[in-house]
Amino acid sequence: MSASPAPIAPPAPAPAAALDAKPLKRATRDPWYVRWTLIGLTLGIVGLLVAVPLASVFVQATAKGLGVYWTNLVANADTRHAVFLTMVVAPVAVAMNVVFGVAAAWAIARFRFRGRGLLITLIDLPFSVSPVVAGLVFVLIFGLQAPLGLWLRDHGYQVIFAPPALVLATAFVTFPFVARELIPVLEAVGPDEELAARSLGASGWQLFWWVTVPNIKWGLLYGVILCNARAMGEFGAVYVVSGRIEGQTDTMPLRVQKLWEGSDNPAAFALASVLTLLALVTLVLKVVIEPKVREQTAAARTAAE
Amino acid sequence: MWTRALVGAVAIYVAGAGLWVVASGFGKNEQLLNVACDPTRELWHDINAAFLAHYERETGTKVFIRQSHGGSGSQARAVIDGLPGDVISLALWTDTNAVAKAGLLDPDWEKRYPNRSLPYTSTIVFVVRRGNPKNIRDWADLARGDVEIVTPSPKTSGNGKWSFLAMWGSVVWRGGTEAAAREFVTKAYQRVPVLDAAARGATMTFAQKGIGDVHLTWENEAHLEVKESEGKLEIVHPGADTPRGAISVLAEPHVAVVDANVRRKNTAAVADAYVKFLYTPEAKKLIVKNAHRPANPEALATADPELYAEYQRLFPKMDLREATSLVPSKKWDDVQKTFFAEGAIFDQIQAAGQKNQ
Repeated sequence: MSASPAPIAPPAPAPAAALDAKPLKRATRDPWYVRWTLIGLTLGIVGLLVAVPLASVFVQATAKGLGVYWTNLVANADTRHAVFLTMVVAPVAVAMNVVFGVAAAWAIARFRFRGRGLLITLIDLPFSVSPVVAGLVFVLIFGLQAPLGLWLRDHGYQVIFAPPALVLATAFVTFPFVARELIPVLEAVGPDEELAARSLGASGWQLFWWVTVPNIKWGLLYGVILCNARAMGEFGAVYVVSGRIEGQTDTMPLRVQKLWEGSDNPAAFALASVLTLLALVTLVLKVVIEPKVREQTAAARTAAE
Repeated sequence: MWTRALVGAVAIYVAGAGLWVVASGFGKNEQLLNVACDPTRELWHDINAAFLAHYERETGTKVFIRQSHGGSGSQARAVIDGLPGDVISLALWTDTNAVAKAGLLDPDWEKRYPNRSLPYTSTIVFVVRRGNPKNIRDWADLARGDVEIVTPSPKTSGNGKWSFLAMWGSVVWRGGTEAAAREFVTKAYQRVPVLDAAARGATMTFAQKGIGDVHLTWENEAHLEVKESEGKLEIVHPGADTPRGAISVLAEPHVAVVDANVRRKNTAAVADAYVKFLYTPEAKKLIVKNAHRPANPEALATADPELYAEYQRLFPKMDLREATSLVPSKKWDDVQKTFFAEGAIFDQIQAAGQKNQ
């Protein structure tokens, strides 16, 4: 296709197109009032649902001055611990999902096997299951009502109502992000380069690090960023498995809720503003990376064709 | 090169975080964990600080106390599922009893500490707008028709349950029949514009959104709400300026040691000292400061006259009745069954209220 010479445009149709331009334009364009109503509605809804609440978080957080804002963030040991805990729990959950996600996406994109459809459905399950239910599942597995929970407690190890459960619940809820991002990329890249590497004698690890990873790296990074954003903000599942112990199992979203419930609104909004800032950083990274993912997938597609 | 260094740094960070998480499962058992219901946050904050100092003075050992707060029912559930709480302080007897039924409390838990294991009690009072524009003075005013009431749902909230029982009791305790109680409560719940799921939601509805004329809530929460409103709200003790006198329900948040957990964690002595501390004059001061009613307040008259004066100023004389007096068997299980179970009285009056509208 690309080898064929560029078609020479016949000169005749050009003026005809110019003549038709006016009525054609009118036919394809909506009247001005429809356009303005739609634009106005969209901006209004986005403003009302996104911009105003977002701005109000920062306004409320800094209402009593930046000094108070800073004190609210750093003076309370429980709040500091919540920030620390989120910084620990989210990356570990994301790391687990990178391992699972790459493995699952690889299996789905490269192989046809019995139960493949089921696996694809299962990957999406956390999207459709309510986070509260996800949390309850872990309570049922690791709680004292279950043999495993009893066994663990008798051996002095606490999973539920302790950081390990926070990681498990977060990983469960954010499971689809990495795998979902990678499946289309891996499918677009196709197995050709990997087969070539294999035929040249590359070992499994070499194949993975030198061929597969470079091919999917932007997609992987994109998935990691989305996954991390969701992991840091997770509330429902974590609320159920945390046991709500102050300074021990409260992550940032839980702490925000607790401060708010304790009617400490400025402190709640101060911490909420940090979460919001993290979301904005995520958004910027997402915008930067998105074209690279598209480029890589497109490049892979053309190469495959 | 830079990429490699960055990936390496991230890998080390994640590995460290992973190790920390795995290690955290082994836990630290020298800590005392108090699993409490929501409306006692400020109280426990003060008491824990005082107890730490007290215990170090007495024994020379330092302890750490952790707090967990949540809805009373979900806290009970968490302890049953393995939340290693040493002490539980829940809003409802039924919740504490659920933990006991799971085998975590010794059967004598209610008798082990003074005043039936109740270091403090509370009740349900009214919060109204400044100057009490609707002139809401007594329970009967709630059914007047021009009064909007804010109270959370008795189905999901401890606060809501106590409010319901107080409304029902206000008729029965003053000699009314059950039919009259049912009629009054049906009318009152028709005057609730939004039935919030939890206490905090109801407070927001009333204090911040400005919905409703009267908010039924815990006495200590009422004091907090009024303080935060900076003069826009005030408390009414229902019936206090009427000839019949103030009456309401006696809310009983029991404090119990979770025997199974303290035995396993070897914290029995500290937990016992902690609960006993709640009955000391030092703790009573903090209990009064946080607008809870301490156990055996008459003892304060001689022990600490100043505190007793403060107590009398904060808490006008009220006739506080036990909720169990509302059922013939005098048992909490029956209170739950009679009023709040599926299809029981609360569901019936909700259905009746909707039909009338």
